[in-house]
Amino acid sequence: MLETKLEIKNLSAWYSEHQVLKNVSIPIYKNKVAAIIGPSGCGKSTLIRCINRLHEIVPNAKVEGQVLLDGKNIYDIDVDPMEVRKKVGMVFQQPNPFPTMTIFDNVAVGLKLNGVKDKKLIQSTVINALKEAGLYEEVKDKLHHYGTHLSGGQQQRLCIARTLALRPEVILFDEPCSALDPISTAKIEDLILELKKNHTIIIVTHNLQQAARVSEYTAFLYLGELIEFGLTESIFTAPKMKKTEEYIMGRFG
Amino acid sequence: MGNKNFADKLFFSVTKVAAFISFALIVLLFIMLIKESGLSFSKFGLRFFITKVWDPVVEQYGALSFIYGSVISSLLALLISVPISLGIALFLSEFASKKLKEFLSIIMSLLAGIPSVIYGLWGIFVLAPILRNYIEPFLQKIFGFLIFFQGEPYGLDMLAAGIILSIMITPTISSISKDVFESVPRNLREAGLALGATKWEMIKIAVLKTAKQGVIGAIILGLGRAIGETMAVTMVIGNVHEISLSLFHPSATLASVIANEFAEATTDLYVSALFKIGLTLFFVTVILNIFAKFLIYSTTKKYKV
Ligand SMILES: Nc1ncnc2c1ncn2[C@@H]1O[C@H](COP(=O)(O)OP(=O)(O)OP(=O)(O)O)[C@@H](O)[C@H]1O
Ligand SMILES: [Mg+2]
Repeated sequence: MLETKLEIKNLSAWYSEHQVLKNVSIPIYKNKVAAIIGPSGCGKSTLIRCINRLHEIVPNAKVEGQVLLDGKNIYDIDVDPMEVRKKVGMVFQQPNPFPTMTIFDNVAVGLKLNGVKDKKLIQSTVINALKEAGLYEEVKDKLHHYGTHLSGGQQQRLCIARTLALRPEVILFDEPCSALDPISTAKIEDLILELKKNHTIIIVTHNLQQAARVSEYTAFLYLGELIEFGLTESIFTAPKMKKTEEYIMGRFG
Repeated sequence: MGNKNFADKLFFSVTKVAAFISFALIVLLFIMLIKESGLSFSKFGLRFFITKVWDPVVEQYGALSFIYGSVISSLLALLISVPISLGIALFLSEFASKKLKEFLSIIMSLLAGIPSVIYGLWGIFVLAPILRNYIEPFLQKIFGFLIFFQGEPYGLDMLAAGIILSIMITPTISSISKDVFESVPRNLREAGLALGATKWEMIKIAVLKTAKQGVIGAIILGLGRAIGETMAVTMVIGNVHEISLSLFHPSATLASVIANEFAEATTDLYVSALFKIGLTLFFVTVILNIFAKFLIYSTTKKYKV
């Protein structure tokens, strides 16, 4: 029943000489939400940036190990990182719409990168992506306004729409709500639950309640090592490791 | 504690006074220019700017040929300098290693610091002969059917002025554009890359598009420099009061005519006409600078977190 969409295998990562991920292995299941939790600086962002090959854009950064996407290692030499990033979309901590592009163009930009020229196709894809991101009703009359004039929560949903327009199979969220108010946060969480019907989702979060609300699986990372991975429910109610329990109880981090 | 506070306050007041004095100087300069050009204003009015006869013998003064010279030489300079400067700026901000970046930045500021008379000398003794003997005949051979490349190659002409100016404004445009490119935040670049953009596509959608306004500011600042540049241009432009479409024809600019003729301006009207040109120059460069600074500031500050 459970299908593995993505498998992180013996993954290690460095910034120059500084090793921040140590031999991490996590299975990510199709159409499920996996949460990655852990104290600040433990390597959560680094981990998900290894999944869309964004880690390597940092000068002197290094990766070892494998990330299997549908069984194919994305670090094989015959794999084009650009293609990986189209299949594995990413939403960042700070909403980052392109400031000199309109709402419409922000969503259309990925299609244009893919060489889509058909105006009608672009139009319908943009509108669909905005609908899926739950933003269309709010912006349908101002598609040609700048994206940066929206509220923070709307900007974040715009970034989600921008990612969705490329029809990614996996979506990575790096603390997508940490800059947002509770109402916007609730909207994004609802959205994630909706999106998992058609996507596989990994979310990094500092907010344990959020992890409990949206994810089926949780990985607890500590100092670059995977301490525990399992069903969210068991991680939160019956953690096997002492460190996990301490973190969940809020004793550190 | 109290002492430090006092020192801070003192420093602050001194800065304020200095700022006020420089502002006051600008205003006074402006008033002086207006006053001195009064005679010319009452004699020629605004017609001054659209007539081209400049003849001290009959006391007829019109600035059109100098306006033309300034505009064309500056645009020529931009035409040459902008692609090169943007290339340098992009290379420095997106591709160069840290060491190379520092090294080239030092070279740039050195270039910007060379006195313009040195550029002028180089223009007369190196650039002009090369233009006259090689480049201009070559251009004429290929593009001679265009009016811009007709006539006898002089070497000391509009083309020479444009080239000298382009060299002089390149450090300005490239270093400011570099700063503007670098002010584009990392999270926008990463947004581009995360969409599967190649490095060039990322630069196009995340860097260039975001920085556009600031780059326009940098270009306008370069334009201001070019229009105001005096010494080097006076030395290479040939100083002829004529309007010719040919780039091989000597010309004169607003700045060069003041430098050239002030010493020999004997009548009040002649002096007043030159002041009026100074006023024009002052006005145009101040406006361009303010506008440019505004564009640059509003782009680079917007993304500061
Ligand atoms: N670009 C970088 N260059 C060098 N070191 C970095 C870089 N980014 C992160 N690090 C270091 O790598 C380690 C892991 O960082 P990472 O951002 O992955 O942690 P995180 O778990 O996402 O933290 P947070 O919860 O604060 O976002 C930290 O020690 C950090 O200082
Ligand atoms: Mg992080």
